[in-house]
Amino acid sequence: MTRTQQLIGWIDDRFPLTKVWNEHLAEYYAPKNFNFWYFFGSLALLVLVNQLLTGIWLTMHYNPSAEGAYESVEYIMRDVPYGWLLRYMHSTGASAFFIVVYLHMFRGMIYGSYRKPRELVWLFGMVIFVLLMAEAFMGYLLPWGNMSYWGAQVIINLFSAVPVYGDELVTWIRGDFLISGATLNRFFALHVVALPIALLLMVFLHIVALHAVGSNNPDGVEIKKLKDDKGIPLDGIPFHPYYTVKDIVGVAGFLFFFCMIIFFFPDGGGFFLEPPNFTPANNLKTPEHIAPVWYFTPFYSVLRAVPDKDLGVVAMGLSLVILFFLPWLDRSPVKSIRYKGPIFKLALALFVISFFILGYLGMKAPTPGRTVMAQITTAYYFFFFFPFLPFYHKFDKTKPVPERVTD
Amino acid sequence: MKKIIAIALSVFSLSALAAGGGDYKPNDPANLPYGNKVSLQRGAQLYFNYCLGCHSLGFQRYQRTGEDLGISVDILKENFIFDGSKKGEHIKIAMPESYAANWFGAAPPDLSLIARSRGADWLYNYMRGFYKDETRPYGVNNSVFKDVGMPHVLQPLQGLQVKTEEGDLKIIEEGSMTPQEYDLAVRDLVNFLDYVGEPIKLERQQIGVKVLIFILIFFIFAYFLKKEYWKDIH
Repeated sequence: MTRTQQLIGWIDDRFPLTKVWNEHLAEYYAPKNFNFWYFFGSLALLVLVNQLLTGIWLTMHYNPSAEGAYESVEYIMRDVPYGWLLRYMHSTGASAFFIVVYLHMFRGMIYGSYRKPRELVWLFGMVIFVLLMAEAFMGYLLPWGNMSYWGAQVIINLFSAVPVYGDELVTWIRGDFLISGATLNRFFALHVVALPIALLLMVFLHIVALHAVGSNNPDGVEIKKLKDDKGIPLDGIPFHPYYTVKDIVGVAGFLFFFCMIIFFFPDGGGFFLEPPNFTPANNLKTPEHIAPVWYFTPFYSVLRAVPDKDLGVVAMGLSLVILFFLPWLDRSPVKSIRYKGPIFKLALALFVISFFILGYLGMKAPTPGRTVMAQITTAYYFFFFFPFLPFYHKFDKTKPVPERVTD
Repeated sequence: MKKIIAIALSVFSLSALAAGGGDYKPNDPANLPYGNKVSLQRGAQLYFNYCLGCHSLGFQRYQRTGEDLGISVDILKENFIFDGSKKGEHIKIAMPESYAANWFGAAPPDLSLIARSRGADWLYNYMRGFYKDETRPYGVNNSVFKDVGMPHVLQPLQGLQVKTEEGDLKIIEEGSMTPQEYDLAVRDLVNFLDYVGEPIKLERQQIGVKVLIFILIFFIFAYFLKKEYWKDIH
């Protein structure tokens, strides 16, 4: 026995190191037919680590107070060695996180990854998505720019739609009668401590649930149904080394685009860092046009599409909540889009287009034409989940699903 | 059908992407000569002589400016530091904010980040957009920033313009510079402000090239490693 084996043996007697390694990597059998869409899970993990690490270092130099926040961000940008790099990695990482997560969720939608027995994987994932939105929203206040301030003003005011206690609730969230240093400090606490802990816990549960049921794949075939005499799925390959080396390729591809933005377009064309946020927060000076950051705009559009403000808040909430029910709404006999019929493909394409249009409209000042457009796309957004998803299989022709995965 | 197209165009108009629209004259691109030290030095010279009376660069330090623009400490002390600041200090102004607000209607803003919040093109047009307007306290208005409180500080250079009925600007009193010279001077000034907005920009792009080359090479190795591992998977 070598020294290393002895050491591992010593640990294994006290902690299930080899067992965990095998169950989750070396003997975790993943379908061999993962395609491009399957990169985004590991990339989300990469971006999470990026946010945590750059966040820790930013916290070392950031000053969470109304008097010092804006200045300390510029201090990071100018005086802290490579502070600009940390800040751009973090701000670009926020947008990258949503790009990756939206693509990851879309993968689930096209291959039916939320379907039985993976409902909990989807639900944990949805909780991660909501936590991520809260995390991003609170992080956006921290630079204490004017868009930070007014964006937070708009979003926090949404809670006044709660009946009876609305106004008290809003004051309670702000910790003051207007957004102030008190708000900044509590958002800072939530952004750097509470929400990251919750996120990490949910990511852990997401992965544990996934590894218990096993990964879905582009064919929507359960690989555990057919096993060889050793009990290994015929279409499965060990996650490590096969998917670890494959994911490294994905990571390199992702980093190329990620670094291109960080080093050459850190503002992301005004989408990742908004121009009005380069002026300090000022409660007397409203920016000409307040828009949330791009990743919130589809939901913001749903809010504005409804003429009544309170009902708009309800609609926006519903547009998120309805995603949680996806596993039970879709009743098609097949999981993957590969074996679904043309009706579903068309409906899904329209759904994606609607989502993009909603996102676009959410960045714009409303005009009568845009409001009508937002209403049409909002209506379609909800139509897609209900009544379309539960009933389309009655009209859509499916193709026979193969026994084994295809290439 | 025409109506539908018109609605679609109004819904998806891209011009509104730039905050505040862009329906003013002049409306020309700044075409900044990024990283051109001569331009930056000339811009700094203009800024320190004409702008610094009212507008601080509160996040920018004298020394850093000198190092990045190739201006020696001696010249900095002689020609740039007017208030006895130490070379490592931020570029501040002596005018108290409360007085300034009284004189101009609003305190002149700090311009450290103006190029990032307004954009270079906007600044370039703004500095070329002053025209005669007797109804304003300083006798000038601005076609890019209507009813701005700022006087036309560069009037000795540009001269004075009037607004024609079509909204174009025409020089009626000549300054010390020709219109072409003035445009170039403003471009240098904006170039300097753009530098101050993000002093690291040039270095960031230089590092970026190396980073991308490294990732590309890493990608090639990763790709062939994956291919090697996967060759027996069918």
